[in-house]
Amino acid sequence: MHGLSTFEPKNGFVKWLEARLPILSFAHGSFVAYPTPKNLNYWWTFGAILSFMLIAQIITGVVLTMHYTPEATLAFSSVEKIMRDVNWGWLFRYAHANGASMFFLAVYIHMFRGLYYGSYKNPREVLWILGVIIFLLMMATGFMGYVLVWGQMSFWGATVITNLFSAIPIFGNEITTWLWGGYSVDNPTLNRFFALHYLLPFVIFAVVGLHVWALHVTGQNNPDGVEIKDVEKDCVPFTPHATMKDGLGVVVFLLLYCWFIFYVPNYLGDADNYIPANPLKTPPHIVPEWYFLPFYAILRAIPDKLAGVIAMFAAIAVLAFLPWLDKSPVRSAKYRPMYKALFWAFVVVSIGLGYCGAMPAAEPYVTVSRVLSLLYFGFFAILPFLPRWEKTLPVPATIAEAVLAKSGKVEPPKPEPVKAAPAKAPTKSTRLWK
Amino acid sequence: MTFKETLTKTLGLAVAVAGLTAVASSAARADEHEQPTPTRQEWTFAGPFGTFDRAQLQRGFKVYKEVCSNCHELHIPIRTLGQTGGPELPEDQVKALAASFTIKDGPNGSGDMFDRPGRPSDYFPAPFPNPEAAATALGAAPPDMSLLAKSRKYERGFPKFIFDALPVPGGMYQELGPDYIYAILHGYEKDEDPNWNAYFPGHKIAMGKPLVDGQVEYTDGTPATLDQYAKDVASFLYWAAEPSLEQRKRIGFRVLAFLFILAGLMYFTKKKIWSNVAH
Repeated sequence: MHGLSTFEPKNGFVKWLEARLPILSFAHGSFVAYPTPKNLNYWWTFGAILSFMLIAQIITGVVLTMHYTPEATLAFSSVEKIMRDVNWGWLFRYAHANGASMFFLAVYIHMFRGLYYGSYKNPREVLWILGVIIFLLMMATGFMGYVLVWGQMSFWGATVITNLFSAIPIFGNEITTWLWGGYSVDNPTLNRFFALHYLLPFVIFAVVGLHVWALHVTGQNNPDGVEIKDVEKDCVPFTPHATMKDGLGVVVFLLLYCWFIFYVPNYLGDADNYIPANPLKTPPHIVPEWYFLPFYAILRAIPDKLAGVIAMFAAIAVLAFLPWLDKSPVRSAKYRPMYKALFWAFVVVSIGLGYCGAMPAAEPYVTVSRVLSLLYFGFFAILPFLPRWEKTLPVPATIAEAVLAKSGKVEPPKPEPVKAAPAKAPTKSTRLWK
Repeated sequence: MTFKETLTKTLGLAVAVAGLTAVASSAARADEHEQPTPTRQEWTFAGPFGTFDRAQLQRGFKVYKEVCSNCHELHIPIRTLGQTGGPELPEDQVKALAASFTIKDGPNGSGDMFDRPGRPSDYFPAPFPNPEAAATALGAAPPDMSLLAKSRKYERGFPKFIFDALPVPGGMYQELGPDYIYAILHGYEKDEDPNWNAYFPGHKIAMGKPLVDGQVEYTDGTPATLDQYAKDVASFLYWAAEPSLEQRKRIGFRVLAFLFILAGLMYFTKKKIWSNVAH
């Protein structure tokens, strides 16, 4: 997708660098001149929020690594040393632990936004699949990071999750032993989880690079789900418009994040994880962190272990097939009444599964989990057939038209400045247009 | 519109299931833990501006030292008693207290272990050499107390648990641990069975009733009652588990105030930038 302006260096050094490595024109094209649909709402700021969270997690994580000891008898007390003796250690540790939750909160909102506005559809399939890969990598990273604390829930969570691989026919036990580096979760497991927990964020970083690259090839989707027809009429330059809006989104999200860090830092954690890992004492309820609960509920809903594991992974993998499951030519749920209702039902089902995942594996939760798991997969099963029944609403031809219709409704007597908008843009932006 | 009907039915079912879950969950919880939930106490360290009451922490420490420390380890450095945001004992008192402990150190130059008086940088010595020894002597190994107030919680249930996180009246509830400890110390309700506790899951607690009225002498005029001991020692243990609480809340307020103002400024800047763009 071509930008709204070209990069014309005047400075001698910039010209010299451009001839050798055109990194500045690349950055200019991606983050300054990049055309952003005018009609984006605040749900589109979560890309920036997630970028911020990834960097925040990497920075706090690297600092924590400098003080952490990945050894089974010392790991727990090294975390406590960070909390008590390292300058600002409590801040880094709480920021990192709550950061994981905030990262997942943001990614779920980001994913639901994509789902609602049909952002996965042609031509953005690869962009979407890269997102699913990032989500999987995040889950692996989050899980292994939680184990590093080496508290009771770390240890038993690791035991439960790694044991899932023993459900694999024939080689299951060999694979689990290989993952553990022994015959149970122990020091070798902790060591490799530490190594991978340090590695994976950088893998995520690389895939995020691909994700952003793919985004910049196809351009952003938007709430009306119509492609950009005329860059000048439909878009604004990324800077300052999207930069400032994303910045505001990040700051508001930071308010929430800091509320958790400073005022309720242990709310999202499990109290049992403040008890050092004890392989001889199983906690009464082994519960994963909240962001895994819906998938945990699906796992437990199925009585057969192997089938449960398959269902759990399928619940994530099915997302990658969404671009081909949804056959409707209309993207945005704004113009798809049935899909819109179905989407909200899906949100309710996902939250319901999360609630069941937190409850003990007893009635009525087992039955409820089963019903909700069926509904979860039912959403994806019904999507291909939806266009047969669904009467979509008329979709605006262009983003400019959608914007006009919207502002026309809100402020009827003011259509003129809308048309004149590009010409009246501030001088700095005007310069960017040509 | 058969589809719409199906959808309405599905949604209706989902709502019904959710309602059923809520009803059944309270029933299931009642079956599972028959013990009552601890009541929420007033703590000086609760809320966004909470701070510890120094005198209370010092009394709590006294209760710990005279009673709890006979069986429980408290794995924190002695020097922390003098740190800001804690009991803030004067330096000389911390030194004298540390010196009253005998610490095994070594090996020295000739390879022998030796005893020496404690220093503030030492950790509080454990009452037993290892958990196995404690279990042999007492029947069960008492938990280390350094994180006790953060590692104990009780079920709040839906929808209370949501408000516990929020800045609403009665919200921001982070003191479940101290409330639980306070409740446990009040839970010895059967005189004939010192190991029966109303609040302990399953009611059979290995620790016999540890505190009675008048057991620890208070010199500051505070009533020497079980209720007061329970409050003081729960506060002390919360400080031990969360020594940076005061600093955290103080900085948190500044950070949130800064972000709030920044968000306001950014909002108006953004509005200005977008003012001539229909969107």
